[in-house]
Amino acid sequence: MSELIDGLSWGLLLLGGFICVSGGIGMHRFPDFFSRMHAASVTDTLGGTLVLLGLMLQVDGQYLVLVKLVLVLLFILITSPTGSHALAKAALHGGLRPKLGSKQDEKDADVLNNFGRTNTPETDKNKE
Amino acid sequence: MKKNNSFRYIISLVIVLSLIWIGNSGYFNGLLLSLGAVSVAFVVFMAYRLDIVDEESQPLQVSRRIIVYWLWLLKNLIQSNVNVVKRIWQGPKSIDPVVARIPTSQKTEMGQTIYANSITLTPGTTTLDIEGDTLIVYALSYDGIQYLLGGEMDRRVKRLEE
Amino acid sequence: MFLAAAIAILVAMVLALLRALMGPTLYDRILSVNAFGTKTVLFIAILGFLMGRPEFLDIALVYALINFIAMIGVLRFFEYKQVETVAENEEDQQ
Repeated sequence: MSELIDGLSWGLLLLGGFICVSGGIGMHRFPDFFSRMHAASVTDTLGGTLVLLGLMLQVDGQYLVLVKLVLVLLFILITSPTGSHALAKAALHGGLRPKLGSKQDEKDADVLNNFGRTNTPETDKNKE
Repeated sequence: MKKNNSFRYIISLVIVLSLIWIGNSGYFNGLLLSLGAVSVAFVVFMAYRLDIVDEESQPLQVSRRIIVYWLWLLKNLIQSNVNVVKRIWQGPKSIDPVVARIPTSQKTEMGQTIYANSITLTPGTTTLDIEGDTLIVYALSYDGIQYLLGGEMDRRVKRLEE
Repeated sequence: MFLAAAIAILVAMVLALLRALMGPTLYDRILSVNAFGTKTVLFIAILGFLMGRPEFLDIALVYALINFIAMIGVLRFFEYKQVETVAENEEDQQ
């Protein structure tokens, strides 16, 4: 039984490591900031979850360690979308625009006009 | 400053903070437990002064179906992660970014927040902004937008608050 | 086996750091520093198990919190920076 749990935990750790490296490589292969954000969020979500799950299987009866691992996982999963959203919105306000592909709908192309340089900073601050 | 009906939120905050203290310390002798009680009382007092002890910080109205929703979201998360990792190894030609408006049927701010955060948490789609009833979503490819327009996630989030 | 996972995460950290050094825009850099922080949390957690001292998890927990707060703080500072410099330049020209 313990061999099974060990094997499972090692598999999860290795898979998590592989996904973290994939996220890192994605941060170099993707062309612009907004697509890189997705590569980074791969590490945040599945990579972190797999590594921490792998560690949880190794706690060996120390429940305090288990609780802390669960807390770390929860913090990462809760803060990651908030951070990504704040980052994307800040980049849009700073005037950065995503490179859009061929499938872009014409009727949605004006969506991003409300951000950034056309707005004066005062009106933005009032809105919040 | 409305502070009515905040009693159950304070109780819930005390329980959550005590669990975090006990989970992190692991000692049950008198000194550390009383230090914990003082810390919890101080934090609750500060939160009360800041007027943040409400249904926003303690979403008690969200039903127990959140557990089922989390499991479903986890399954979704794994699928979209595999999708994005595949695109990373296939190289930059495999992505085709799209920005689109996604209509939501969420009535409350909490529902909108849960929905928007779920969209952002799954790799491949990111919520950029909320305009009234529509979310502005950036996706790595049109598949993600198509999936969101299907509305399954929207329905599931909406059911959480019934 | 902890060692293999630790090395994989170290490689990912180096990649994130490279992006932070190269990153064409400010936001690329903030993103990579945040990703670097998340990987540091995982690395500290694995290191604790590797050395047989899971107390390291306390540090990982605090690091996860600081990482998030730091990113939000930096973003608050920079969010309107470019817009404001543009507005200032326009005022200068008038």
